[in-house]
Amino acid sequence: MSKAEYTCIVCPVSCRITVEETADGLKVSGNVCKRGERHAIAEHTEPVRMLTTTVVLHGANINRLPVISTAEVPKRLLNQCIGELYTVEVSAPVKCGDVIVKNICGTGVDVVAARSIG
Amino acid sequence: MKEFQVDVAVIGGGPAGLAAALEARKQGIEKVLLLERDTSLGGILQQCIHDGFGLHRFNARLSGGQYAQRFIDQLDGSGIEVKLDTIVIDMTDEKVIYACNPTDGMMRIQCGAIILAMGCRERTASQVLIYGTRPAGVMTAGAAQRYINMEGYLPGKNAVILGSGDIGLIMARRMTLEGIKVKGVYEVMPNPGGLTRNIVQCLDDYGIPLHLSTTVTRIEGKERVERVTVAKVDEKRNVIPGTEEVIDCDLLVLAVGLIPENELSRQAHLEMDRKTRAPLLDNNFMTSCPGIFAAGNVSVVFDLVDYVSLSGEIAARGAAKYLAGKLPEHPQYRTVTHSDRINFIVPQRVELSADEDLTFFMRVTAPYKNARLVGKCGETVICNKRHQAMVPPEMLECTVKVAPQQEIYFSVEEG
Repeated sequence: MSKAEYTCIVCPVSCRITVEETADGLKVSGNVCKRGERHAIAEHTEPVRMLTTTVVLHGANINRLPVISTAEVPKRLLNQCIGELYTVEVSAPVKCGDVIVKNICGTGVDVVAARSIG
Repeated sequence: MKEFQVDVAVIGGGPAGLAAALEARKQGIEKVLLLERDTSLGGILQQCIHDGFGLHRFNARLSGGQYAQRFIDQLDGSGIEVKLDTIVIDMTDEKVIYACNPTDGMMRIQCGAIILAMGCRERTASQVLIYGTRPAGVMTAGAAQRYINMEGYLPGKNAVILGSGDIGLIMARRMTLEGIKVKGVYEVMPNPGGLTRNIVQCLDDYGIPLHLSTTVTRIEGKERVERVTVAKVDEKRNVIPGTEEVIDCDLLVLAVGLIPENELSRQAHLEMDRKTRAPLLDNNFMTSCPGIFAAGNVSVVFDLVDYVSLSGEIAARGAAKYLAGKLPEHPQYRTVTHSDRINFIVPQRVELSADEDLTFFMRVTAPYKNARLVGKCGETVICNKRHQAMVPPEMLECTVKVAPQQEIYFSVEEG
């Protein structure tokens, strides 16, 4: 059965967590808290990350609008999501929280404006 | 020259200044003026598009812009006057500010109290010794961040990063996502400057190598950076001959530390602390000049914006007390002392009669596991908090009740 090590990024303790695949499922050790266990299992099965980037912005004194996903997306889809956001252009005024792309790359997660402009 | 009179002027519209101005109004101060040199509010948060802001304050993982927006939205109808595109040129210990902008021209502003919230600056190439030429393509991490995240320019194609502080790590990830090849992060110290979780999610996630005890020794290139030389260093940070390696790149990003932006503080002859490179502060975040307060990164370089906002609110409450005549005219102080496991504590001194809850910010000198932060006021233990990990890049915050007159002392104890 396979075994993998992860450094937890939930808090500054930075536990080295071991995830072991056993006949009874995943066995997690090395973590000091429950959040670490959840994080290690996610890292082992489907690692997820928040998506933050920018899109082209017209009609404002800056050229890029920061955007953020409303929840974490699978890490393996990050580049694909960023690729899709490269094709997006918006114009001011924009309100923080405005949906810029709905259900990005079929993840079920929306991408929204991360500040108001104009 | 236009003349203005205000109760409180806040210099800087970043997270510290925004929180200070809003809190000043909440304290009932009538005329609050917020001066900002940029054309929009938010300060450096405008270019911090990554998430992780506001965990303590809002229990949410916001991006920098989202965090700032929560404060900016409160300005509407608050009665706070905001002057954008306004640069403060001089400040005197009589609490007079000289400023200018394109609509008002030159201004003389007489203030009841002033809150300094100018933030900090990055160390630049001229503050680190690197031999070679001075071509284009050498810039600070913050400059690269502004080009990419606000102005929409890619500052290069192949990058080398010097310095492993959190800004350098965040930019390594950001540049990679934008298609810049990050060839490596080089750190002169034997330990990374940033938090472990940033090394994992910014470097390891993208396969970017981190080279410790290694520095950039030479920059080459005529118009533009063409290559840099890196080399290993020994414990005394001297280059080890024979370890040099040449790396082709067109961008050298410097993430080599932050320095509080205190030109105005020096102009007003405020007493400075050599450890924090910032004004010496008391329990109200008041400087050595009664009525002038400081908050945020101009008072000490913080790592969490939540604490920056908190310090702005402490300073604003101090300013309200000062204006109401509730602070002693000639304050007498006790110095806050600490063991050598603590690098510094802000505020550095506490007024003798203070008999209230006070917030202290501090950094440890080295990493400690399973240790306790112990605070004493006289013989009374005022803080005894266990931490699973204390690390120098992570500031510790503790709010404790102090008694009048007694000595205040902090230490880190094992077990």
